[in-house]
Amino acid sequence: MISSDIQTVLPEISLAVFAMLALLAGVYNGKDKTAPMMVWLTSGMFVLLAAWIGYGGEGTTTAFGGMFVNDGFARFAKVTILLSAAAVLLMSQDYMTKLGLLRFEYPLLVALSVVGMMFMVSAGDLMALYMGLELQSLALYVVASLRRDSVKSTEAGLKYFVLGALSSGLLLYGASLTYGFAGTTLFSGIIAAADGGVSLGMLFGVVFMLAGLAFKVSAAPFHMWTPDVYEGSPTPVTAFFATAPKVAAMAMFARVVHDAFGGIVGEWQQIIAFLSVLSMFLGAIAAIGQTNIKRLMAYSSIAHMGFALMGLAAGTAFGVQAMLIYMAIYVTMNIGTFAFILSMERDGRPVTNIASLNQYAKTEPLKALAVLLLMFSLAGVPPLVGFFGKFYVLRAAYDAGLAWLAVAGVVASVIGAFYYLRIVFYMYFGAEQDDPLDRGMPPVLWGFLVVTAAMMLVGIVNLFGIEPLAQAAAATLVN
Amino acid sequence: METIILFAPLIGAIIGGFGWKIIGETGAQWLTTGLLFLSCFLSWIFFLTHDGVTETIHLMTWIQSGTLDASWAIRMDRLTAIMLIVITTVSALVHLYSFGYMAHDENFGEAKYKARFFAYLSLFTFTMLMLVTADNLVQLFFGWEGVGLASYLLIGFYYRKPSANAAAIKAFVVNRVGDVGLALAMMALFFLTDSIKFDDIFAAAPALAETELSFLWTNWNAANLIAFLLFVGAMGKSAQLFLHTWLPDAMEGPTPVSALIHAATMVTAGVFLICRMSPLMEFAPETQTFIVFMGASTAFVAATIGLVQNDIKRVIAYSTMSQLGYMFVAAGLGVYSVAMFHLLTHAFFKAMLFLGAGSVIHGMHHEQDMRNYGGLRKKLPMTFYAMLIGTLAITGVGIPLTHIGFAGFLSKDAVIESAFAGTNGGYAFWMLVIAALFTSFYSWRLMFLTFWGKARGDKHTHDHAHESPKVMLVPLGVLAIGAVFSGMVWYGSFFGDHDKVNSFFGITHVAAADDHGAMEVEDHGDAATQEGTAIAEEHDGDEAVVADHGPAQVPGQGAIYIGADNHVMDDAHHVPTWVKVSPFLAMLIGFFTAYMFYIVNPSLPKRLAEVQRPLYLFLLNKWYFDEIYDFIFVRPTMAVGHFLWKRGDGNVIDGGINGVALGILPFLTRLSGRMQTGYVFTYVFAMVIGITVILTYVTLSGGYN
Amino acid sequence: MTPIVIAFYLFAVSTITGGLMTVVSRNPVHSVLWLILSFLSSAGLFVLLGAEFVAMLLIIVYVGAVAVLFLFVVMMLDVDFAELKAEMTRYMPLALLIGVVILMQFALAFGAWDYSDGAADRIASPAGEIHNTKALGLLIYDKYIMLFQLSGLILLVAMIGAIVLTLRHRTDIKRQDIVGQMMRDPAKQMELKDVKPGQGL
Repeated sequence: MISSDIQTVLPEISLAVFAMLALLAGVYNGKDKTAPMMVWLTSGMFVLLAAWIGYGGEGTTTAFGGMFVNDGFARFAKVTILLSAAAVLLMSQDYMTKLGLLRFEYPLLVALSVVGMMFMVSAGDLMALYMGLELQSLALYVVASLRRDSVKSTEAGLKYFVLGALSSGLLLYGASLTYGFAGTTLFSGIIAAADGGVSLGMLFGVVFMLAGLAFKVSAAPFHMWTPDVYEGSPTPVTAFFATAPKVAAMAMFARVVHDAFGGIVGEWQQIIAFLSVLSMFLGAIAAIGQTNIKRLMAYSSIAHMGFALMGLAAGTAFGVQAMLIYMAIYVTMNIGTFAFILSMERDGRPVTNIASLNQYAKTEPLKALAVLLLMFSLAGVPPLVGFFGKFYVLRAAYDAGLAWLAVAGVVASVIGAFYYLRIVFYMYFGAEQDDPLDRGMPPVLWGFLVVTAAMMLVGIVNLFGIEPLAQAAAATLVN
Repeated sequence: METIILFAPLIGAIIGGFGWKIIGETGAQWLTTGLLFLSCFLSWIFFLTHDGVTETIHLMTWIQSGTLDASWAIRMDRLTAIMLIVITTVSALVHLYSFGYMAHDENFGEAKYKARFFAYLSLFTFTMLMLVTADNLVQLFFGWEGVGLASYLLIGFYYRKPSANAAAIKAFVVNRVGDVGLALAMMALFFLTDSIKFDDIFAAAPALAETELSFLWTNWNAANLIAFLLFVGAMGKSAQLFLHTWLPDAMEGPTPVSALIHAATMVTAGVFLICRMSPLMEFAPETQTFIVFMGASTAFVAATIGLVQNDIKRVIAYSTMSQLGYMFVAAGLGVYSVAMFHLLTHAFFKAMLFLGAGSVIHGMHHEQDMRNYGGLRKKLPMTFYAMLIGTLAITGVGIPLTHIGFAGFLSKDAVIESAFAGTNGGYAFWMLVIAALFTSFYSWRLMFLTFWGKARGDKHTHDHAHESPKVMLVPLGVLAIGAVFSGMVWYGSFFGDHDKVNSFFGITHVAAADDHGAMEVEDHGDAATQEGTAIAEEHDGDEAVVADHGPAQVPGQGAIYIGADNHVMDDAHHVPTWVKVSPFLAMLIGFFTAYMFYIVNPSLPKRLAEVQRPLYLFLLNKWYFDEIYDFIFVRPTMAVGHFLWKRGDGNVIDGGINGVALGILPFLTRLSGRMQTGYVFTYVFAMVIGITVILTYVTLSGGYN
Repeated sequence: MTPIVIAFYLFAVSTITGGLMTVVSRNPVHSVLWLILSFLSSAGLFVLLGAEFVAMLLIIVYVGAVAVLFLFVVMMLDVDFAELKAEMTRYMPLALLIGVVILMQFALAFGAWDYSDGAADRIASPAGEIHNTKALGLLIYDKYIMLFQLSGLILLVAMIGAIVLTLRHRTDIKRQDIVGQMMRDPAKQMELKDVKPGQGL
């Protein structure tokens, strides 16, 4: 039994073992000198694992008495997580080196946090879910304050930690209420227990759990940490926050509501719709006033999470499919955008002020064009890929009878388009300025920027075939 | 061969339009013209060897959606063949003519424009060919819109002139009105017959006459309604009354364009459409009556306006409109062959008149006002003779009671005789005769003002007036041959001989000959007593056909369909002698009046205009059509648009959006900014409030306990 | 009311009181002391459940180590709690209102508490006759091995984090190089120079 269990969890174990071996290697070999190599190694490991999981997995297997579920949905989420983490890790190297932050622990912490994420999306039990979540979060708390001589970075880590602890508390409280009702923490047991109707106490448990999960995906009104943490953390860490953990949290969200509470869709549907509409509008409105591009991206990600939640609110397989597609597209767009943000420098020092983009198109027409594509895509301007993501979730919501939510989504996306277009406006028509941003950027960042921007265009053909994959993944979760 | 005819102009248009930078402007000109002549040559071969049997050539599948199946196919029959020679001949000659006419143009200065012009011409030719060779309505509609586009491009060719742009837009917009009718007819046909192929529609035509269709809250007879809608489409394209206002304005385009599009080909598309849909028209008697009425009225109204116009091209434009009215009368009466006959001859002499006018304009340095002409006979001798032949043709000079005369003599008389026979000497007949008188008057007026008398206007211009180059005169000569002989050559095939017409158009009557002949005699005998009841008779006839159409021609067989009880053509051969002579008399009266007014006593017109000032102004201002439209349609539309723009869009939408965007949103943005205090407990507070709200919602909505 | 029930309520009430006072007491040192009371009461609850080993662990680890560490930290930090509290009091009325609303809703929920059908079957059965530590071992090394290992990873991350965030490699100070010191060869450490009189080096 144990061997088959281990077989199922082998990718996660491999990554954990890799992290620990790398830790040993790092400690024994001159510390931070190995860091650049470690970054590449870890990224390579991520990509390998993604290939392994993506091509190797078949069907649905469970391990450890149902606490770990390896199904199509989990695999889809894991591949997305691993690839985005690999991309962000690669992008961070130049920046971290320049700021003297490239310590060998950084890739290790990212790797361990990815292990947590993989457990999160595969969780079949409330306890396993919590463990994965904590492993992920703890690593993130640390990397958030990696720049420890910066007050903002420290503050970001601390805030994230305190609020994250609170959200964990909420989640645990909800879990214990659920346990109190169902008598088990296994999802399969909970869904069976909820079959014959649920009590108000159990619903409270659901509410608290959703609140804890909403914190992790930074959905309003549990989003308050996001802007501060995004702004304070070193930019590569921010990029990481905006990508892989969001996918993991969203996938975990989907798994909880469908695997554990799939029988009471009507009970949580309205709650998620509420979170969704609040996030979309708050993200769109609050972002308008931002002058720091990292804060802006924080609000942008809040709004995007609102859209992804819209897919979940549908409560259907198509909704989950739409959510998965949306997240994959969102991650791609964010990688490209952060590749650009990481390259924003003036006199060799990173800047994050939006106004510094004025007239950028004059000095760097190609990059400005790439950013334009990404911004348009983020705003959901047809026919770019970002539009299709929105289109899917809107359709899912509409099909599920949540027409009002879809309409609200359209309105919010129109409002949100403003600040994306404002960046484009600055780049092309902004005021003349004396000291423009530095030209040139590291080849890795350049590659990611151009490739993702191109994907925004090319992807409209068939979204790189992601649709049937997402559909198959969603089918294994919702039945 | 058919494929080459069809696609040679397209190839020319594409290469000439996009590749002229490679092959050069002159190269593009020669290429397009050469391909057009090839197409023209093949068309003539086809026309002369065609045996009247309909054949369909499938080119490719185009649209296939559900039961909608529009393939790209060529339908080759006599109608198509006639249109082919008309289009390709006139087009080829116009291409050639344009070498000279477009050689220098002060509108463009240094810019290259010739290749573009030739490409447009070829594009137009291609779309026109698509229209006439269509074997289904969708393809026809494609060609229909294509010629509209080409017309738009060519009218607005002098795009630096605001008036040309306005005229182009006007032509496009007015044509849209007609196109709505055509589109509706297409949809109705598809709705009722589940097919857009001509063969299927024609086969279903008798059944359509029995069908009631609900449209605009009223029940209509399907055949009548569809025929009417088709005619609305034809009205737009062929500039019939109420939708005609674009045609005179279209004279803003270069003169070769006027000759090709606005005289010979595109404007006759409406006539072609009615003839093509003849199997349907024959089952829509009320609509046929309407067509006759509209055609006759158009012929009359246009002729009256033509009397007083001073712009040489506008006179010819109104003449075109008037002649189109003749064709519609013939088509409405059911003598489609006569309509096509007049179409054919008209194409020759009208194109020639236009090209001649173009030659005059060219020689007079783009002066178009006839009041500034005069005495040009000596300076432009070749042009003069060409115009003279054209005028003789359009006014219908020939030897009465024989079949010898200029093209217009034969075809116009055929129309007028048919009109007498079809309406028993009613409204249409008299309108057409009067129109013939006016036609004669204004045509001769044009001639006298231009070529006779003393030179008026700018002396310098007159001193430098010169004959056009050979390349412009050759087309005139070719067209002159057509204008002289085309009537005599094909008189029998189109009108003169019943059997010849049938074989020409590939009509085979099934066991109808005896029956037919008997009725013919009977009808002829009763002609005098049956005045004004022709319509009722046709209507009765329709029912008889539906009940028992075995012996008649099968709808869809042959190029045109003539209902079993439709004997207008045969009756027309037996009209009284005074009817046959009447157009000739009208022509003579018109000629002598013009002679009196402009040669003998040139002050007469002015005095008459002063005496009859209101009438003069009424005609000069084209019956105030433009002004009335401006008042009824344009201004209210502009007012509504302006209202929606200023009030609706400006205040409500912009105001609302601005209010939200500049008022509420920034407020919310500031609010959300203030919420982001940076204190952890504020954040926690927000989370707790969120949870409380959700909990309250859950409690109130109450889970099922 | 058996003594066990009395003991349960006693421990339960003191746990909650301890938690409450931890939050509201003005002096942070007092807070930690209240926290220790809360831990102790929880340990009592574990004893009542028959989990003596966990109870002892709680006392030794949490009370003995963690709480004492807290105490040191709190005493060493100079946090002006009064200022934070002043900011907080602005929201007090609203916060109280929300608290009351939540409490009422919980009263509603717990008042009508209902177990799902078959919850009793699914619920983990008491260890019974098996020895405490053995039962624990069966759970964490067998049934919940994955969770146990994950906890290990979490602790590893915590350790890495603590080191990453606090350990400083200062370059401006001299460090002791033990290996270097031991490997020193006296013969190579000194160079004898023959200084000629009156010339200097």
